[in-house]
Amino acid sequence: MIWGVLQFPGSCDERDALLACERAGHRARLVWHESRDLDGLDGIVVPGGFSYGDYLRAGAIARFSPAMEAVAEMAGGGAPVLGICNGFQVLCEAGLLPGALLRNAELRFICRQVDIVDERSGERLSIPMKHGEGRYYAPEEMLDELEARGQVAYRYAEGHNSNGSVRDIAGVRNEAGNVLGLMPHPEHAVDPLTGSTDGLRVFAAVAQGAFANHGSTKAPGE
Amino acid sequence: MPRARVLIRPKEGILDPQGKAVERALPALGFEGVDHVHVGRLVELEVEDPERLGELCEKLLANPLIEDYEIQTL
Repeated sequence: MIWGVLQFPGSCDERDALLACERAGHRARLVWHESRDLDGLDGIVVPGGFSYGDYLRAGAIARFSPAMEAVAEMAGGGAPVLGICNGFQVLCEAGLLPGALLRNAELRFICRQVDIVDERSGERLSIPMKHGEGRYYAPEEMLDELEARGQVAYRYAEGHNSNGSVRDIAGVRNEAGNVLGLMPHPEHAVDPLTGSTDGLRVFAAVAQGAFANHGSTKAPGE
Repeated sequence: MPRARVLIRPKEGILDPQGKAVERALPALGFEGVDHVHVGRLVELEVEDPERLGELCEKLLANPLIEDYEIQTL
């Protein structure tokens, strides 16, 4: 498995993402935002940071980069794509994931270790979050559809939803299950020295396509 | 070139913490009786083809899932 980790002007977590891919037992290389060349890559990480300064809205400008256009194509073909924090915002703006991320309900930038729960297994992961615009939002009808299709991938554990996300949603996946986005940072939780290696499970799950069709009421191929 | 102004505001019903923060600050300065404060964005631009403003708003200036926009040609 070889991951491409996108690098925009203003990205700041791409190095940790590279390391996380390696710690998860994979290989990885950086992909500059102006490049459309994703040859030889099996999956993509859209990392955290402040792509293009987050001008206008977080992720709004990054979605038009040549690299993101190539990623959209690759995602359409079923390749695993993981968006973390700003990467999650970019994927939502690009329409590859449903919903949007708004300013935290209390307006403060939040930086702390949080527990999130994997909706498939009920597993609890301890992962850091650090963001000012992480309040997940989608209209009620869309949320009902997402829940019915099992597209909510991670929720904040009780008492850990400090940004005000609707229905405690920390991460969602696309309908096919190959694209996943979450606000907390699994790439910062890959070494016992920093308190948790739970982030590796997120990388492994996306690489294995573990979210594909989970919870869907339709059988695969139907 | 024709000039235009685009007003972008949070959709009604979505929690607007910036508006709330301003609203809460006003009484402390002696401004009583101010309600329903919402903070949005104003984009001024010159555009060759004003017909395309709608598309431009939908694709970039606003996120229609969370924001409403209003175009004023000047």
